[in-house]
Amino acid sequence: MQGKDKTDSFTIAGKDFASRLLLGTSGYPNRQVMLDALKAGGAEIVTVSVRRISLEDYAESMVDLLGGAYHLLPNTAGCETQRDAVLTAHLAREALDTPWVKLELIGDRETLYPDGEQLVQAAEALVKDGFIVLPYCSDDPIVCQKLIDVGCAAVMPLGAPIGSGMGVCNPYNIALICSRSPVPVILDAGIGTASDAALAMELGCAGVLLNTAVAKAQDPVRMAAAMRHAVEGGYQARHAGRIPKRAYAEASSPQLGLIGT
Amino acid sequence: MTASMPLAKPAETIRVNGEARPLESGGLPALLRGLEIDPAARGLAVAVNGAVVRRVDWAETTLNDGDAVEIVKLFAGG
Repeated sequence: MQGKDKTDSFTIAGKDFASRLLLGTSGYPNRQVMLDALKAGGAEIVTVSVRRISLEDYAESMVDLLGGAYHLLPNTAGCETQRDAVLTAHLAREALDTPWVKLELIGDRETLYPDGEQLVQAAEALVKDGFIVLPYCSDDPIVCQKLIDVGCAAVMPLGAPIGSGMGVCNPYNIALICSRSPVPVILDAGIGTASDAALAMELGCAGVLLNTAVAKAQDPVRMAAAMRHAVEGGYQARHAGRIPKRAYAEASSPQLGLIGT
Repeated sequence: MTASMPLAKPAETIRVNGEARPLESGGLPALLRGLEIDPAARGLAVAVNGAVVRRVDWAETTLNDGDAVEIVKLFAGG
């Protein structure tokens, strides 16, 4: 395929992935639609949560459903303290036998914004404990740098608040973070439609993690396919080298030999 | 239900996923049996008092009055 070169490998913590689209598994109309959407999106890494078992209902395990086909990335969604997030990561490591964790440490339940201070401290503790930490963070270049400094395997800044579908609200920050980061930058949260995912990739992101935009679309399977193409298209455009923007027209057809002159 | 101690004293309890339960004999394996949780099921994890108990240690794990047990598994997530 044209345009492929060594920059095409998507590597996190030494592991290569073929797909730059990471998908969540929550909120689909039903289990079959989720499975079809994950397939249509071509996702390789999919996120799962760690929750108390319902003592009344011991339902089918996500591991049995997805474990063979996908790289399961457990999250610490909803945790508001370092203690809870770190324990959840440890429980996930035991449950899945994986050191990988999407570290989420929210500052408040209304905005679901990450608590940068606690996030950096929890990330540092988990890295020291041998975890491969992928933190969900704000689009703040300094917070991202601190997360990189403590050894995170990637940084995952939000494009917009979780589930908002507002896209990449501060493309300048995302581009700045991408330009400075030695680890993959994965845009996590805020994606609403395909063009948002394409923009994130054009800004230099190594991947996009999304859930609601697909799960709550009227046709989740079709939207997953759209996201797959958008991520691929945005990535190729980024590395094809776009033309500079200019304020005035520049004719694309030859100016010589025009009839009537 | 049978208290593990024969003498009359306040009932011993543990908390399992935030809910109080009487402490019964048999430790963690008996608790899992009582909850009809297959200890061989994939994707399960247990913590007691904030520390993960490795699966290989479940069979030997005893429980004491006041222990807080968390039993988790993987669910859908974003």
